[in-house]
Amino acid sequence: MPVRVRTALVFLATWLLAACSGRQSALDPQGLQSDQIRHTLFIFLIIAAIVWIAVMVVLGIGMLRRKRASNQPLDLDRRFEEGSGRLILGLGIATVIIVLGLSFVSYAGQRTVFAKDENALTLKIIGHQWWWEVHYEADSPHQSFVTANEIRIPTGQPVKVELESADVIHSFWVPSLTGKMDLITGQKNELQFTAKNAGIYRGQCAEFCGLQHAHMAFAVIALPPDEFGRWRDHENQSANSPADPLGKQGEDLFRGRGCALCHNIRGTLAGGQLGPDLTHVGNRTTVAAGTLPLSPATLGAWIADPQHIKPGNLMPRMPLQSDELIAIIHYLEQLK
Amino acid sequence: MKQTIVRNVAELPTFGFGPRSGPWWGAMGFMALEGMGFAIAIGTYLYLYAVNPTWPIGASPPDLWPGTVEAALYLLSIIPNEYTNRVAQRQDLPRVRICLIVMSLIGIVLLVLRGFEFAHLNTRWDNSAYGSVVWLILGLHTTHLATDVGDTVVLAVLMFTHHAKPRRFSDVTDNVFYWNFVVLAWLPLYFLLDWVPRL
Amino acid sequence: MAADDRELRDESLDGLQLSAQLERIWRTPSGLLGALMSVDHKVVGRRYIVTAFAFLLLGGILAMLMRVQLAGPEKTFLSPDKYNQIFTMHGSTMMFLFAVPVMEAFAVYLVPLMVGTRNIAFPRLNAFSFWMFLFGGCFLWISFLLNVGPDVGWFAYVPLSSLQFTPTKRADVWAQMITFTEVAALAVAVEIVVTVFKLRAPGMTLDRIPLFVWAMLVTAFLVMFAMPSIMVASTSLILDRLVNTRFYDSSSGGHPLLWQHLFWFFGHPEVYIIFIPGTGMVSMILATFARRPVIGYPVIILSLIAIGFLSFGLWVHHMFVTGLPQLGAGLFTASSMLIAVPSGLQIFCWLATLWDGRPVYRTPLLFVLGFIAIFVIGGLSGVMVASVPIDTQVHDTYFVVAHFHYVLIGGAVFPLLGAVYYWFPKITGRMLSESVGRWNFWLAFIGFNVAFFPMHILGLIGMPRRVYTYTAEMGWERLNLLSSVGAFIFALSFALLLANVIYSLRKGARAGDNPWNASTLEWATSSPPPPHNFDRIPVVKHRDPLWADSESLPVVAGLSAERREVLLTSLAEAEPQVREASPEPSIWPLLTAIATTVFFIGSIFTPWAVLWGTPPMAITLIGWFWPTGSREDEA
Repeated sequence: MPVRVRTALVFLATWLLAACSGRQSALDPQGLQSDQIRHTLFIFLIIAAIVWIAVMVVLGIGMLRRKRASNQPLDLDRRFEEGSGRLILGLGIATVIIVLGLSFVSYAGQRTVFAKDENALTLKIIGHQWWWEVHYEADSPHQSFVTANEIRIPTGQPVKVELESADVIHSFWVPSLTGKMDLITGQKNELQFTAKNAGIYRGQCAEFCGLQHAHMAFAVIALPPDEFGRWRDHENQSANSPADPLGKQGEDLFRGRGCALCHNIRGTLAGGQLGPDLTHVGNRTTVAAGTLPLSPATLGAWIADPQHIKPGNLMPRMPLQSDELIAIIHYLEQLK
Repeated sequence: MKQTIVRNVAELPTFGFGPRSGPWWGAMGFMALEGMGFAIAIGTYLYLYAVNPTWPIGASPPDLWPGTVEAALYLLSIIPNEYTNRVAQRQDLPRVRICLIVMSLIGIVLLVLRGFEFAHLNTRWDNSAYGSVVWLILGLHTTHLATDVGDTVVLAVLMFTHHAKPRRFSDVTDNVFYWNFVVLAWLPLYFLLDWVPRL
Repeated sequence: MAADDRELRDESLDGLQLSAQLERIWRTPSGLLGALMSVDHKVVGRRYIVTAFAFLLLGGILAMLMRVQLAGPEKTFLSPDKYNQIFTMHGSTMMFLFAVPVMEAFAVYLVPLMVGTRNIAFPRLNAFSFWMFLFGGCFLWISFLLNVGPDVGWFAYVPLSSLQFTPTKRADVWAQMITFTEVAALAVAVEIVVTVFKLRAPGMTLDRIPLFVWAMLVTAFLVMFAMPSIMVASTSLILDRLVNTRFYDSSSGGHPLLWQHLFWFFGHPEVYIIFIPGTGMVSMILATFARRPVIGYPVIILSLIAIGFLSFGLWVHHMFVTGLPQLGAGLFTASSMLIAVPSGLQIFCWLATLWDGRPVYRTPLLFVLGFIAIFVIGGLSGVMVASVPIDTQVHDTYFVVAHFHYVLIGGAVFPLLGAVYYWFPKITGRMLSESVGRWNFWLAFIGFNVAFFPMHILGLIGMPRRVYTYTAEMGWERLNLLSSVGAFIFALSFALLLANVIYSLRKGARAGDNPWNASTLEWATSSPPPPHNFDRIPVVKHRDPLWADSESLPVVAGLSAERREVLLTSLAEAEPQVREASPEPSIWPLLTAIATTVFFIGSIFTPWAVLWGTPPMAITLIGWFWPTGSREDEA
């Protein structure tokens, strides 16, 4: 291959695959399970590549080789017919062996991926059109709390998520950590995984769930265990009371303008249950179930016109003056 | 292309009975796919039965008498049905006419009984998944029953017209064949609907 | 029992006289009414093929709209509502209105010719089937244009498709479209089974049946045993939506997974319903252009039958992430992979045939070679998705989108395009342009791979299916752009095909009876065939009759020359048994289809349609079967 062509191909490949090892990739495993799955995948991939190349080589030689002399279609060579019959049978048996071998490889991988640990940290996740309700459950109710769209877990410790749905079927998928599992109406599923490294791993609903299926993402943030413990203790507390007048105005508006009918903020009068819990929303990284990165600007844009950013979602547009909007943003931001 | 005549089929008959006729195989094909439909409906029932801790859901089992009387009548109807088959094979027009009338009447009685059976299911289709699936299965079988009764009545009328030509006797035997299918389909459904909830 | 002896028989006529006489009794009546009455399998088959390709065009346009929307991040070319309707319509159209019907359409046209008979079994049912297909397809598309197109996916999972979450008529439209197309498909399946069982030319024993006919026979059985499941599913869905039954309501004892079991018990065999006819086409084309019979005829037939059986035992691999018991899921991995064995055996047979043959590289063969390259990739990625751990990652991602397009386009559409080039001369009497055909092939091959190969990678780097957009930070935009470019190249190849067809219909070279020097019976008659197919029914003495008897075709005499008559033969040995009458043209199938359409569409608006919709159907059916007093009926 001329150097220039090769350079061009390499360039093309890097250009196309830039950001391939992103935050939501089965090829960039950061968990024990995703690691195992990638391993199984590569075994399959190598065998598949060998088989395909072999077929293409045989096809190529078959097309290029010198042909038999007779051009009478029914003038066949008995020896060739019988020999090829035996060869085809042999290849069929080889296929059976490969397939059974791969089945075992697959099952071994499956056992590892679905191995259960009784001491896993347990979370309950309830899918909604189009966001995620997350329950941290503990033996004492004082240690249990609810959050949304963001899941923090300790590294190195098995995590069990119990999956349920409040409406239609969704699917919980964080490719960097493990494969997916559906959240099915009227059924309880569970999934276990362990994050190896600290980091932010994006997940996304993988079962078509209606109009805004595309915007039903979430983040799994894996923290070192001690940091996780601190976060958990903090998250377990009620919401901050705003210290400044603007924040207090925002809190009043949050109640007065209907936000509180759907959203819960623990420790305040806002106790709605229809939308995501916002007790510590200021600590989160995204807004609208992973649709936008969280910042005062995006939060403002979202509250000002949720139907523009995520058409069809259940959050109505509330008529707010711009100073009122600023107050609400300020209030939510300090809910850390 | 040039042609060479190698045999002559002029002496062959112009219609046949059973596997020698086209429509028989057509009926066979439809029975196969409808039988599959019944099998799927039974599978649906058993799936719901398996996933629900209580069965029947919020209802008592269907009253036994309508289904049982039907089952008995279905089994007895095989006798006149097979007799119809025999006289049709013999191309005995007067007897075929009588048989078709008898079979039509039996079918109509069964349809009436079917009405009672719906009334004695002791559940509505919208009560629970149990109610839905028993209504579906009974409805599916009733569709077959009604279709075959309709077919029998039309054939009976046809045999009284000048269209009662030899070829029609083959149609009568196919109708006999289909009736046996309706009867056979009922037996597992009867067990499923009336007895499984009592297990 | 033979009809009276004064009847005019074909042995008393000769040559042109016989041709003209048979043409007179078998032709479709002239005029619009005549056209609507046609029961000729070639007329119906042609309509079926053209209609299915029209739906391919529509489905393809939808695909292009989606590729525009996904070509870059956060595009607003389509609203989420439109996008969801479009991907649902694309899948439903391609599966139910294109892929299954087009294969059955080719069978309706070709099977009677290949087995050497004058018409398909139950020609009126055949006409009815076409009308149901046409009306069902139009119903779906008109609903879409009125903005009530289904938007719940071609799989319509409950509870999303339940009344609670889809309160509009959109899901009803989807479910009832299923009923239309299933009625049509089931009717054709029964016709094909009976045609193959009873209408084969004398001497065409089971081991002399052409491979395409074998493939269609297996397909017909798959249709008969798979489609009742989706009929039960779609009926119960409509009942849940319309009269409050509780099949899928988990608060009243129903279960959403019941839907998935019923859907995939149909849905997986569905793949083979599309793919098996493609393999039949491959075997036919390969034999002709490799200039020798396909190696391993019995192996291929046993493989087809094995695929048929296995295809009912692996539906659960669509449900690996629904929380089923692990060991059970593992067993379905093995059963799913096992289907690679019969598929592989067929590939080996074809490779051996090419190896030994003297290939003539015309367009149909190019498409077959393209098929092998693409389909093997699809099969191998299928082995990957059959593995539970791998599937948990790739399920519902673009990897699966790539996989099944490799299987369905590679496995069915490439053979189908080859089949179009191969049988177009028989159907129209004219050749398609070979040079345009080459361009067509290369654009399709390159466009397809550029469009779909990147999707494998997209799925692995996290892109789920059925999302109307994605953000730039996901790093998916370049591969998506590449895929969209490929899709447009692929679309261009179809534009070339359309141009080639339109041009060649008028200006193409005359084909003659057997332009490819092929071996099967459809090439023994003129192109296009006369209404009665063959002046005299051939007698088959060899698996490749036209290669074995290249000088003169052995035939039978003694069939009627004054009424429509077909020759019935025994199931295994194809010994002549009966000269059975074949129905004349009739308007009743159309009227029955109209009555059925009114019934079906009415019943999604009110359950009372079942009451007032039934009498018209009953009346039209009686009209259909009531004898008209013609000689055909009264024999």
